[in-house]
Amino acid sequence: MLTHMRQGKRLVIKLQGEIDHHTAAAIRDEMDTLIWRYPVETLIVDVGNVTFMDSSGIGILIGRYRIMSRMGGTLRVRGARDQVDRILEFAGIYKICQKEA
Amino acid sequence: MREYMQLHISSDSRNESFARVVVAAYAARLNPTVEEIADIKTAVSEAVTNAIIHGYEQQPGQIVVEACIEADTLRVEVIDYGCGIDDVARAMEPLYTSKPGGERSGLGFTVMQSFMDELEVLSTPGSGTRIKMAKRVAARQTAEREDEQEQLR
Ligand SMILES: Nc1ncnc2c1ncn2[C@@H]1O[C@H](COP(=O)(O)OP(=O)(O)O)[C@@H](O)[C@H]1O
Ligand SMILES: [Mg+2]
Repeated sequence: MLTHMRQGKRLVIKLQGEIDHHTAAAIRDEMDTLIWRYPVETLIVDVGNVTFMDSSGIGILIGRYRIMSRMGGTLRVRGARDQVDRILEFAGIYKICQKEA
Repeated sequence: MREYMQLHISSDSRNESFARVVVAAYAARLNPTVEEIADIKTAVSEAVTNAIIHGYEQQPGQIVVEACIEADTLRVEVIDYGCGIDDVARAMEPLYTSKPGGERSGLGFTVMQSFMDELEVLSTPGSGTRIKMAKRVAARQTAEREDEQEQLR
């Protein structure tokens, strides 16, 4: 469901498919396992292959943003397209997380 | 007879995607843009999710999704017979959630409100909630639509 790549002080987690309440719990658990395994300064969440997201996905990102902030790190969101980009923008995610193309 | 569709589903979280896809397919006869379809899907997903996690608190229950088309407008209702909402005005405030521990963003109603043209929340504590939404799907010129469809081919 998700893949990851560690690059020095950065961890890239690449999500895919549809993110709603049904898929949220598993995505969150997998992300947290990776975050604890690789304590990095920057977490980059790549949503380029996410085809749908509702406010459950926003909840996941805000939760991970809080975890990273508590550890003194940052969260960035990369690659959002169309519907996903609009809901991220709408929810103000880009105000707390840097947007990467 | 009025033209409509009605879907009865159990409060199983797999039905979140099923319900939004069904409503989007129904709305297709209005020839919506890709963006309008995405708005409709997102709003339906929010309403059905709320019925499952708040209305029925993850317990088994029945959800009814109704849609009809009136001229250029899609109307959708999502109905549950769950716990209902005590204070609808507070529930609709941006960022308000009654489940702060569960990583709910409290943005469901705000999303429904801004991705659709109309939102009405009717709820009776103890007997359930009815979400009524509408979206007009005729804002664009036909030429623009044809352009987009050409690009999709
Ligand atoms: N169908 C429903 N039945 C009972 N309560 C609901 C229902 N829909 C929404 N609510 C209440 O309204 C609040 C706000 O909903 P929403 O904006 O979707 O945020 P969230 O789902 O993230 O909590 C919920 O936390 C819940 O208390
Ligand atoms: Mg909600």
